[in-house]
Amino acid sequence: MSAPMAVPLSWMLALSGVVFVIGLIGVLVRRNALVIFMSIELMLNAANLAFVAFARQLDSLDGQVFVFFVMTVAAAEVAIGLAIIVNVFRLRETVYVDEINLLKG
Amino acid sequence: MTLPLLWIIPALPLGAVALSLLLGDRLGRRGTAWLACGAVGASFAFAVRAALALAARPEEGRSITEVAYRWMQVGDFSANVAFLLDPLSAVMILVVTGVGFLIHVYSTGYMAHDPSFRRFFLYLNLFMFAMLTLVLADNLLLLFVGWEGVGLCSYLLIGFWYTKPSAAEAGKKAFIVNRIGDFGFLLGMLALVTWTGSLQYDALFSAAPQAFVAGGIAITVATLLLFLGATGKSAQIPLYTWLPDAMEGPTPVSALIHAATMVTAGVYMVARCHSLFQLAPISLEVVAVVGAATALFAATIGLAQNDIKRVLAYSTISQLGYMFMACGVGAFGAGIFHLMTHAFFKALLFLGAGSVIHALSDEQDLRRMGGLAKKLPWTHATMLVATIAIAGIPPFAGFFSKDEILHGAFASGHYGVWAVGLLGAILTAFYMFRLYVLAFRGGSRVSHEAEHHLHESPPSMIVPLFVLAILSLIGGWIGLPFQRGGHPFERWLEPVFGAGGAHGTMRPLSPMIEWLLIEVSVVAALLGIVFAFRAYLKDPSLATRLRERWPAVHRMLVHKYWVDEGLDALVVMPLYRASQRLWRFWDEKIVDGAVNGVGFLFEGFSVGLRLFQTGFVGTYALFLTLGAVALLLHFLRQ
Amino acid sequence: MTPLIDVDWWALGPGLALSGGAMLLMLLEFVPAGRNSSRGALVALASLLAAAACVWRVHEVKRALFDGMFVHDTFTVFFTLLFCGIAALSVLLSWDYVKRMRINQAEYYALLLAATLGMIVMSASNDLITIFLGLELMSLALYVLVGFRRSRLESNEAAMKYFLLGAFASGFLLYGIALLYGATGTTHLERMAAFLAGSPLLSNPLLLMGGLLVLVGLGFKVAAVPFHMWTPDAYEGAPTTVTGYMSAGAKAAGFAALLRLALVALPDLQASWKPVLIAIAALTMTVGNVTALLQTNLKRMLAYSSIAHAGYVLVAVVAGGNEGAAAAVFYLAIYSLMNLGAFGIVALLGRDQDEPVLLSDLAGLGFKNPALAFALTIFMLSLGGIPPTAGFMGKFYVFRAAVQAGQIPLVIVGVLNSVVSIFYYLRVTVALYMEEPAGEPTAVSRSIPAVIGVVVSLALTLWWGLQAHALLEQAQRSVLGLM
Repeated sequence: MSAPMAVPLSWMLALSGVVFVIGLIGVLVRRNALVIFMSIELMLNAANLAFVAFARQLDSLDGQVFVFFVMTVAAAEVAIGLAIIVNVFRLRETVYVDEINLLKG
Repeated sequence: MTLPLLWIIPALPLGAVALSLLLGDRLGRRGTAWLACGAVGASFAFAVRAALALAARPEEGRSITEVAYRWMQVGDFSANVAFLLDPLSAVMILVVTGVGFLIHVYSTGYMAHDPSFRRFFLYLNLFMFAMLTLVLADNLLLLFVGWEGVGLCSYLLIGFWYTKPSAAEAGKKAFIVNRIGDFGFLLGMLALVTWTGSLQYDALFSAAPQAFVAGGIAITVATLLLFLGATGKSAQIPLYTWLPDAMEGPTPVSALIHAATMVTAGVYMVARCHSLFQLAPISLEVVAVVGAATALFAATIGLAQNDIKRVLAYSTISQLGYMFMACGVGAFGAGIFHLMTHAFFKALLFLGAGSVIHALSDEQDLRRMGGLAKKLPWTHATMLVATIAIAGIPPFAGFFSKDEILHGAFASGHYGVWAVGLLGAILTAFYMFRLYVLAFRGGSRVSHEAEHHLHESPPSMIVPLFVLAILSLIGGWIGLPFQRGGHPFERWLEPVFGAGGAHGTMRPLSPMIEWLLIEVSVVAALLGIVFAFRAYLKDPSLATRLRERWPAVHRMLVHKYWVDEGLDALVVMPLYRASQRLWRFWDEKIVDGAVNGVGFLFEGFSVGLRLFQTGFVGTYALFLTLGAVALLLHFLRQ
Repeated sequence: MTPLIDVDWWALGPGLALSGGAMLLMLLEFVPAGRNSSRGALVALASLLAAAACVWRVHEVKRALFDGMFVHDTFTVFFTLLFCGIAALSVLLSWDYVKRMRINQAEYYALLLAATLGMIVMSASNDLITIFLGLELMSLALYVLVGFRRSRLESNEAAMKYFLLGAFASGFLLYGIALLYGATGTTHLERMAAFLAGSPLLSNPLLLMGGLLVLVGLGFKVAAVPFHMWTPDAYEGAPTTVTGYMSAGAKAAGFAALLRLALVALPDLQASWKPVLIAIAALTMTVGNVTALLQTNLKRMLAYSSIAHAGYVLVAVVAGGNEGAAAAVFYLAIYSLMNLGAFGIVALLGRDQDEPVLLSDLAGLGFKNPALAFALTIFMLSLGGIPPTAGFMGKFYVFRAAVQAGQIPLVIVGVLNSVVSIFYYLRVTVALYMEEPAGEPTAVSRSIPAVIGVVVSLALTLWWGLQAHALLEQAQRSVLGLM
């Protein structure tokens, strides 16, 4: 295999930042709980991307290992999140967060 | 000499509370009454024993500290549940337990038909415990425990008849106003502990002169903060409005808490911290001015009130003003002296008023009283004693203490304060005799129904009145100058306030001026009394009969009547109207407005903040993001 | 790298005991037990006890496990014991509550143990990644616990909100960790501090942004304004015992992580984070207290109150240094106890599945049930910081530390706030003693374990009010581990 293409760190960070902000905006503007949740996953993956990029830059394996931890956590989060959202849908027949505000004030 | 077991004095009422809670209604009314009065009576006995033990010691040994319990210890800072017996706290415990005991006995009669008899004595005993902790504490922190405790009990007792909305409202108001004072007190304590490292009196007072620059900003701010706390508890300008409203509570409560004991806690605290205040002359001036202003101001309002208890409430505020005036001019001993005599005659006035209210089936309006002297002979006689005492006529108790204060003000060169105090004395005599005349003299204006039930109160109520009347008469005699260099009471307090402390900053006056001062104040009091009789003791029926029988005398009477009218038109009515206007405008609009305003303001904020809490996930996420962005912007600006 | 055989198994004991307990609970489900069996609670209590015993056995030694990612020091010991205590009290309070509410017991207690383990990991982590893992373990368990009353709309809604916002905040936290990793080349707290010491890179934007995002993530967990908005909804909707548990445990865990991070890893950044924390502390106290003023729902009121208490702890964190950190730890312990007690009493109210939590539901209880009313009054006085209760001591030390650190304006805001707060705490007392119930006074459950739980909290609240220095010494010792 030839030498890896030298993608500068700043590019990867910029991509990670863009993905993070897309996720952030998704959380803020979308109204469907599932889509919001997917946006949050985007934010986590942006962090993963940053980890990998830094690990490459620093020439250390730590960051790459952390990504596996984060992926595991995210998977657990998916399991629990979907269960909660499905349960909400069962009772209310909606997952639109702007229709769910019994608790307020 | 064995130590006088100080802890038992507050512990006895607390034990009664615990017992009453444990036994519940099995105790019955008689049992409850015996338990409550017995505990306080025993406290009084122990207080007497402690005071005697103290008096038996040589003068320089008259300070006994008893550590009941190590409370906390952090590094060099420690605070204990420790009690301090010195001449000052001895006076306080005697007053609190003595007057408290009499009021407990009185209450067994007054509250005899109340369905919440047990609850009443529970709160009352709890109050005694807190108040005794307050005055016996040997550090500011423990004093604060008592301070909060009495506040809580006061709140519970003002709202005792909570089904009355006005009572609940009054409790709430007392609560809010006192919080403002506590805020000052807490900050003051924090300031003191930061600079001196201790809140224990001895350590604090001995460290203060080194820790603070005399007259500097730090000590001035710290003492002013303490004084803010005192104005809240002792109902001084600007935090006095809660006290008149507190009259919604049962009358014995007004006598015990809102006249004789709790409201004097502020005075006690200032006197206790006198060495701090002496380091801050500006604070002392503030204390004097606020005291004098309150004394005069509350007296003018007292002129126009028709509710018997409200007259007494404003009178209490005014008298507390005198005590602060004394502290402010450096005459701490005189302030404590007045505190003591005031406890006697004001408790008596309230209890007497309670007896009147009781007799008239809960009528409190002076305009529907009159001519009660014959119907309630005992109440009348004792009330008269108290009224003379507060008016400041020798040889009754109030004369000595008030004269002492005015003397202190004059001798320390506070001529303005002295003049205000003198004016206040005239007004005091006037409104007190107005109350007396309207209630007891003249023709009866009592409604028929009340007239029908009119009766003198039971012995359980009359006996305490009688004891207090004796105290109001002779209580001031310990202030007679038997020897030069201070009278016995002042000599007693000397170990606390320092030798000649009461006169330390004062120029000695020549005997002639002293006599002149005394005469002026007596004349002032007499003037007020004469005005009051003239203005309120008009007897139209007598006038008619006399006119028919002796037409010649009639003219004179008319003439006399004209004098009254003139007096009315020239002096009384303007004062009355001004007072009424002042009350309506200042008290109800400005001060009440401010207190309610603070409440509304916070409630408004609360409503506003709740609007943000929409219940939508989107809003919450947005605020979270906005917070993060705000932090980011903050860092970018750096 | 430390060979695995050198692991101090006692120091690792809490993790083993709690995860073992959780698994045992799940396995035991193969042997069905009746709805009224107390098996779950007993197993949970036993494993909590085992965890506490393990860590107590080695409470005087300092250990670094797993390449220093997990440390066992006085700080860890203090918080492990605190979390075990909080969880044990919660088990006692839940004992009959879960039966009454028809909650699946094995799952409930297993999740409780998992969350406790997460908290312990958070306080013991010496590495950002383990902090993250602990936080997620705790949060994931709590998301489920909050929504445990599946058939209730409120419980569901609370779980969804808590979950979405919690995951959102986790995103911030994780990104912050990534940036800190990039800026310093490590996620290990001590190495990070070593890297930063004397480094000219203190104003590196990556570093500052990383720290900021981590602060957002932890601020969310401790419910600091403006990251607090989930709190009232989640607390109100959750089963009451869960509310009590998370209000005490999750907050303490968040602060444990924050303290370790601030004191071990980023002390050199003090100049940057102090002004920010001051603003957050002042806002947190004020918003929490003022919004609580008009609440009519007891749980919601206590939720806002818990926000305000986070503010007081932040005051101590701002004060910094040994004293400030000790005051924060001290306050957290006291706050946990009194808050658990208050929620425990709320959990006692009501019959069967209904849950009366309005202030007006308390009317008349003062005389119908004097012991309960007395206990609730003490908890309220303590939360309001009135002497001689523990809450007063907590506030006293916090404000004292802050005054000594020269944070006078913040202290003034704090004292003003605690004065305002007494107003709504006393509304509870007023409701108890001075209001007439509309109909029958609220029924009160007489569960013995719950009563034991309340009595223990009450006794400690009073005891620490009278005799605080033992606890304070422990708190001071605990933060020495960080210095």
